[in-house]
Amino acid sequence: MLKRLSLALALGLALSAGASAQDRSIVVASTTSTQDSGLFNHLLPLFKAKSGIDVKVIAQGTGQALDTGRRGDADVVFVHAQPQEEKFVADGFGVKRFGVMYNDFVLIGPAADPAGVRGQKDIVAALVAIQQKAAPFVSRGDKSGTHSAELALWKTAGVDIAASKGTWYREIGQGMGAALNTAKAMGAYVLADRGTWISFKNKDGLVVAVEGDRKLFNQYGVILVSPQKHPSVKKDLGQAFVDYLVSAEGQAAIAAYKIEGQQLFFPNADPGQRS
Amino acid sequence: MLESASAFHLILSGDPTLFAIVRLSLAVSLSAVLLAALVGLPLGGLLALTRFPGRDAVVVLINAFMGLPPVVVGLTVFLLLSRSGPLGSFGLLFTPTAMVIAQAVLITPIIAALTRQTVEDLWSEYRDEMNAMGVGPAQRLATLLYDARFSLVTAMLAGFGRAAAEVGAVMIVGGNIEGFTRTMTTAIALETSKGDLPLAMGLGAILLTLILLINSAAWGVRAIGERQAG
Repeated sequence: MLKRLSLALALGLALSAGASAQDRSIVVASTTSTQDSGLFNHLLPLFKAKSGIDVKVIAQGTGQALDTGRRGDADVVFVHAQPQEEKFVADGFGVKRFGVMYNDFVLIGPAADPAGVRGQKDIVAALVAIQQKAAPFVSRGDKSGTHSAELALWKTAGVDIAASKGTWYREIGQGMGAALNTAKAMGAYVLADRGTWISFKNKDGLVVAVEGDRKLFNQYGVILVSPQKHPSVKKDLGQAFVDYLVSAEGQAAIAAYKIEGQQLFFPNADPGQRS
Repeated sequence: MLESASAFHLILSGDPTLFAIVRLSLAVSLSAVLLAALVGLPLGGLLALTRFPGRDAVVVLINAFMGLPPVVVGLTVFLLLSRSGPLGSFGLLFTPTAMVIAQAVLITPIIAALTRQTVEDLWSEYRDEMNAMGVGPAQRLATLLYDARFSLVTAMLAGFGRAAAEVGAVMIVGGNIEGFTRTMTTAIALETSKGDLPLAMGLGAILLTLILLINSAAWGVRAIGERQAG
């Protein structure tokens, strides 16, 4: 029996080792918005066809993704919180930050619109109205890029959210999709990135309440993790992925990704920044 | 990526993504059970047969560890295997091997604790006879584990059930990478977060069916074995 056990065990481990033996692969720590929106499923096969490199994506919040990079557990980080990204590079964990694309945030809310903000163009006024009426609001509460953007917007609105949050303000500490599911179940408002919103499949009863404010701009950036800090980083393969994203070809591929005719991400890499 | 379709349709059409996920789930959880059994069966047996100071504390500790939270196990294994951790140079984080390790840690106490109880009960039946025959300690352990083998299958099934059902540990150490470390449970969590609740539910039904099939197979093997053993 023991013999059979160890044989099966060896088989099991060989199976897992076999899968990890491909070395033309990189690990990219990215955000739930790029994965949940389906962008990677569109982009990665194109990149693989061109380069032969497998990209393994770990979808986390921006804060966690940067931490994964800091620990050396990813080769590339692809996130959306510029100040945190710049700090990551300044602290020596990343080689260089490249802007890749943008989309925008939208304020999602229940169709019943208890705060009366639907159709408004001013996100700041809308947030103030939500706070004053204590209308339910779901916050990611997970240090993600969307969470950082939300906190910055409260600050701009002059609302000290740490002091004024009551039972109306719910921090759930989860990803974008989970936050939308929660907002739907509670009839609450929630700040979402447009990509996840468009591809989200459980929308019934939720509508876009506020969109189009310049303050809702959402920039994505990509950074190769520093091989000086972490020699295990696959420098050349990782750089190939970064170069592809900012290349004319990669930028066109990003622009071509549409769901139901709607473009989800708008490429805006600076042509001068290509290495 | 699993296209949005009913889980039933995915099975009927032999969706390769779905089958790869199922295969990985089974490979990881079964490997974890075998690894845990290699440690847990002898450990449980030894605890049943030996007496030493502090033994009660060890038994209580192992019993308590049956309730280890998967997310804590996942985080601990993550910190050990991370490039910045003590075992980082092996580059095991975000691989199926890391998932096997985490699940094995999770279920070793279950197998050890249930084995200890089973062997201890059997020992009280066999003790006088074995003492009279002057059977040595190693022989005792082997005999008791062998005679308890059908009950120990249940201990291993308990471990398998725990491994196949948990999401917290594999999510943290595996990273839910599509086509590489995505299992049934992490796929269900992902589809839920994408708001595709019907697909998530369907995957859940498939997972339950698989666990049922494996338990049925184990039950069948046990029935045949008991009949042959007379």
